[in-house]
Amino acid sequence: MKGVAITGMGIISSIGNSVEENYISLIENKIGISKIQNIPTVHADVIKVGEIKKTNEELVSELQLSENNNFSRTAMIGTLAAKQAVENAGITLINEFRTGLISATSVGGMDMTEKHYYDYFENPDLVKYISCHDGGDVAEKIASELGLKGMVTTISTACSSAANSIMLGARLIKTGKLDRVIVGGTDALAKFTINGFKTLMILSDDYNKPFDNTRKGLNLGEAAAFLVLESDEMVEKYNKKVLARVSGYGNANDAFHQTASSENGDGAYLAMKKAFEVSGLQPSEIDYINVHGTATPNNDLSEGRALLRIYEDGKVPDFSSTKPFTGHTLAAAAAIEAVYSVLAIQNSVVYPNLNFEIPMEEFELQPQTSLKMKNIEHVLSNSFGFGGNCSTLIFSKS
Amino acid sequence: MTKKTYINGVGCISTQKTFDTVFLEEAVVNTTETVLSIVSPVYKDYISPAAARRMAKGVKNGIVASALAMKDANVENVDAIITGTGLGCIEDSEKFLKNILDNNEEFLTPTSFIQSTHNTVGAQIALSLQCKGYNFTYVNGAVSFESALLDAKMQIEENEANSILVGGVDENGEYTLSLFKLAGRIKKENDLPSNILNTTSTGVVYGEGASFFVLENERKDSTYAEILDVEIRNTLEENEIESELITFLKVNNLEISDVDAVVLGFGGNIESDVYYKNLAENAFAKTPQLYYKHLSGEYDTASAFALWMASKIIKTQDIPEIVKVNSVTKPVYNIILLYNQVNGKNHSFTLLSK
Amino acid sequence: MEALKEELKNKIITTLNLEDIAIEDIADNDPLFGDGLGLDSIDALELIVILDKDYGIKLVDPKEGKSIFQSIETMAAYISANRTK
Repeated sequence: MKGVAITGMGIISSIGNSVEENYISLIENKIGISKIQNIPTVHADVIKVGEIKKTNEELVSELQLSENNNFSRTAMIGTLAAKQAVENAGITLINEFRTGLISATSVGGMDMTEKHYYDYFENPDLVKYISCHDGGDVAEKIASELGLKGMVTTISTACSSAANSIMLGARLIKTGKLDRVIVGGTDALAKFTINGFKTLMILSDDYNKPFDNTRKGLNLGEAAAFLVLESDEMVEKYNKKVLARVSGYGNANDAFHQTASSENGDGAYLAMKKAFEVSGLQPSEIDYINVHGTATPNNDLSEGRALLRIYEDGKVPDFSSTKPFTGHTLAAAAAIEAVYSVLAIQNSVVYPNLNFEIPMEEFELQPQTSLKMKNIEHVLSNSFGFGGNCSTLIFSKS
Repeated sequence: MTKKTYINGVGCISTQKTFDTVFLEEAVVNTTETVLSIVSPVYKDYISPAAARRMAKGVKNGIVASALAMKDANVENVDAIITGTGLGCIEDSEKFLKNILDNNEEFLTPTSFIQSTHNTVGAQIALSLQCKGYNFTYVNGAVSFESALLDAKMQIEENEANSILVGGVDENGEYTLSLFKLAGRIKKENDLPSNILNTTSTGVVYGEGASFFVLENERKDSTYAEILDVEIRNTLEENEIESELITFLKVNNLEISDVDAVVLGFGGNIESDVYYKNLAENAFAKTPQLYYKHLSGEYDTASAFALWMASKIIKTQDIPEIVKVNSVTKPVYNIILLYNQVNGKNHSFTLLSK
Repeated sequence: MEALKEELKNKIITTLNLEDIAIEDIADNDPLFGDGLGLDSIDALELIVILDKDYGIKLVDPKEGKSIFQSIETMAAYISANRTK
């Protein structure tokens, strides 16, 4: 089982505006967590976020959008990342083959809705933003900027959304329904999510510390990343450079609680197990695990226990969470971490799990805390979301 | 050999009485309102008050519709749950946002935030069934439901699941409706009474609902229809629809004359309905044509109501007068094509056979 | 104290949408979570907001709620001792 070819990637996050910039930040420990600037919120002094330090005006001009555009921030960063991915894959005529776009978002255009909610009735100029609220509008905007006319859809399963869009894309290629598909996710920071996570009391006022015994919660972030997946026929026919392959995937539901993960990580365990079945790989063949590792007390305990159920002998491969760099970017998280996984394979590197000091009292697991160079054939990446949604992807060297 | 996909159970909560009824014998066309509300089932019969206390309307409707579909298919468990929704539980999103703005981000509680997550319906169905299988939620306007349907069909074809609960659910939210009115998406009061087929105005009559289906890889006594194919296209020009539909049928070894009925998504917006009018007057002039949004209202997953209707027609071989666009009839209704789009975007073709 | 307990019962019933429960159904020492009233972790977060909004008590760590929200009795005692409004 060779897996589905990845031929292009694009990303924008708090640690960089391109694939290269993100990689440099990861290996040089340049974190993107800081005080919030673009959103006025009463919580500004008690939260830290992984914010893309570009204003909406800057994004508009970078994308060369017309003055009367109605792009949400989520759509703008999504378009930037998708355009990079398409260019990276060397695609010039987007509709030349059966090409799809599978996006993922949790907030959609909420950033505009919350900004203008009560002003719509006062200011006719704002009415154009009403339609950008829904999740599908983001994919719509990206498709139209790419000129893509084929299959377009959006997945929204909270923080696992982009893993699921990559999964669907891989399946659409495998079943021969599409020749190539642009997959990923995008989420901009919004007051809505900041306050939502605040009510759940899982935001840290400090830098997030995944898998540390004193971890206090997560830092939210914003990002977008897209990857281009292509069929083997396309790769052979056009002699495409394959960056890596999506070799395994699995989605399962924890069916435990609306927001919390089960004590033994049932959903996470089942998702990883399915991904191994699809890939035909043994857990011992994984060289690096990019864990979900949000640094909430609940997630890291549940995920850790699930890892120990997969690795019964306790020999868990080198693992790290990259969320201390980027924050938790919700529906985009699995897409940016997919890009990081491919970069890990390409550059033979395990990223450090920053801020880790004290192992958790419940088990012996210790993440990789410094940059480590070694050959990487297979990376496993976890992403879990509210509603018990658990997803695992496996990326392999081509 | 790839497995075939059968609709073996259906459940529908809509703006009509579509539960506890045979088909559409109690359907009523409302032309004097711009927004239609669902006919509520007795939720207590399906959900305990303790479980229901935090549930949004959409969650409750999704749970009842899925329970009806599972009972209909005589299954107690499914391998996967796949949901489509345009806006999710929008009432709770409104509530949470309003609290943020009105209370200056203070004293907020998590319940409405949790319910506002788009996948909350699918997640809570999984929670109530203790279904640990595959669970996806699609949110892409008018193809939200078809995305779920396409995914489910792929799962069955690829042997990834034997039985799947798939559904479309959306709910009305008061403030969002007022925004839709402001944006002209909803018909103006002045343009009432509405007449979907001979409309002269823009905007639509809005609705809400939850339609769920049990899909399985085997034919059973309860089988309604087989799903032959589902296709999604983001953008098609007016003059491309006909040839695309012909190609779609051809891939399935069919021609227009093989189609026993075509279900068109006429919504009463003169600008958007052009796409159907052309087909109705030309390619499908000799085919029985059906419509449904005068009964269900227009909403992102209204096309799930259409699938419910088409499934019923194939099973009962009866087309209620109330949904007929023209007077063409066929001796049998074995092949039904569904076509939906909104404003030239998010086109979907769904093909059913007996 | 009795008035506070009554007030809390009312608040719990309305805030948590406990439609089928009446004030008389909740005894002062009944456990609120688990086998008693059957509240869960989301309800606990709702109760934390009640403390903040109505009594001016801010909890930083949701774990603190565990001992406070054992019963109406413990909740009333904690509020009386710590309330700022």
